[in-house]
Amino acid sequence: MHLTKEEERIYGGEEGWTKKKAMEILVAIGDINSASKLIPIKSAHVSGVSYKTIGEAFEFINSLEGTVKVKSTLNPIGMDIERWDKIGISGEFATKQTEVLAAYKKLGITAECTCVPYLLGRMPKMGEHLAWAESSAVLYANSVLGARTNMEGAPSALAAALIGKTPFYGLHQTENREPGIRVCVKCDIVDADYSALGFLIGNLVGNKIPVIELTSSSLPSKDELKHLSAAIGATGSVGMYHIRGLTPEADAIGVPAEKIEIEKGDVKKFYEENEEADVIAIGCPHCSSLELQHIYELLRAEGKGRKVKKDFFIFTARAIKQRMQEVVKKIENYSVKVICDTCFVVSPAFERYRCVLTNSGKMLRYVPLLCGGAKAKLCKTEECVRKAF
Amino acid sequence: MKIKGRSISKGVATGKALISKHKISFLGAVDPTTGIIVDKSLDVYEEEITNCVLIFPGGKGSTVGSYVIYQLKKHGKSPCAMINRRADTIVAVGAIIAEIPVVDSLEIDIIEDELIRDGEEVLVNGTEGYVELR
Repeated sequence: MHLTKEEERIYGGEEGWTKKKAMEILVAIGDINSASKLIPIKSAHVSGVSYKTIGEAFEFINSLEGTVKVKSTLNPIGMDIERWDKIGISGEFATKQTEVLAAYKKLGITAECTCVPYLLGRMPKMGEHLAWAESSAVLYANSVLGARTNMEGAPSALAAALIGKTPFYGLHQTENREPGIRVCVKCDIVDADYSALGFLIGNLVGNKIPVIELTSSSLPSKDELKHLSAAIGATGSVGMYHIRGLTPEADAIGVPAEKIEIEKGDVKKFYEENEEADVIAIGCPHCSSLELQHIYELLRAEGKGRKVKKDFFIFTARAIKQRMQEVVKKIENYSVKVICDTCFVVSPAFERYRCVLTNSGKMLRYVPLLCGGAKAKLCKTEECVRKAF
Repeated sequence: MKIKGRSISKGVATGKALISKHKISFLGAVDPTTGIIVDKSLDVYEEEITNCVLIFPGGKGSTVGSYVIYQLKKHGKSPCAMINRRADTIVAVGAIIAEIPVVDSLEIDIIEDELIRDGEEVLVNGTEGYVELR
């Protein structure tokens, strides 16, 4: 890989150990992927923040010095920063988690801990280069926004943030954004169907970028696209998709020869599990303002003055909760807890359940792996609320 | 015998070879506090990788695997060096932050050609990108 004189100097350690390490990471990734050079990025999104997943490796983050060169945001941590004791987090975990967060803050990274950085602050623009970890956000940025990022890992996104650059390969290059497989959806889909669809697509397409063809009456909202992105990222290894007639790059692409079809029955199967759930969780990825509003309306329609009978958690970003204070207060009047900065999967607080009801395909994949043996069952949002009473 | 390869992570170290023919997912396959392989599907199951030159095709799985390599080092249980057929970003990044020398893409495939056996001594020069079988 070609390095500029300035990059060479950093690589040689002339700007200190932190930047040298960061540059070594970028150069190794570039060489492994045959990148020709480094390119500037507009923003970075860093994962590996929950003490539950990184453990003692936070010593590495603590050893770094200096500040990030671009706007950088963090993924959810292992607890609600303000209400950790209310959700059963131990003081010991909270202390460690606070140290991890402080180590990132010291580097100038925004401590808004969320998996939906594209819903806060500045939205990435078409064609902008980014270095984002968090697969759901990578898929959303590439597919829905037309920005360009590879699926970064926790340390590589951090390295890119510290240097302000990323190796030029993969999804940064137009020719690698062409689809390799058609996915024809034969039925109308809505709400959690997008989670089911994404789950199926991730499993079926391998590393080929899919171009999805929906029926003319399926018009996904931004939130539905968020769920589709998250589910594809959870089961697949591909960093983007196209939807014919909808996503920004879909007009410029060809028609792949390989084709798969998704039938009504394939989607319906996801709802057939009859396990009795003992908890409901919505907000993977974190809820948008619109989703909070929608859930409140469902609670009002279904509740008729009653409180929920099952534990019910909603996860969102702190800034969204603040923006929606009034709605959040009304939601919590139904005994539903609105939690920030974390989620069901990355926090150790939710490992005491047997079966969780959710509208998220990402949770469907990760709950059985990471949540103390709990099962997950997919439901439409409305059904999740109905089953809570 | 000196065999040229590609530098992935800098540093020089010598140790006894531990060879796997399988890709390794560090998150889940290795106990970061003991350095013992706990993945039953691997041919190096129950082996300890501490201070070995770990020779394997490459990494796979979660990117958190990079931090597992770092944790191994912090616990004094990491391999002293690694040789890959094709290094992937998980192993490369983990080795760089843990400062463990790694070389890949050797001009001769020492795993396939069985040029080295478990326990034999090997030097890894990650700075210049070569290995030396003793």
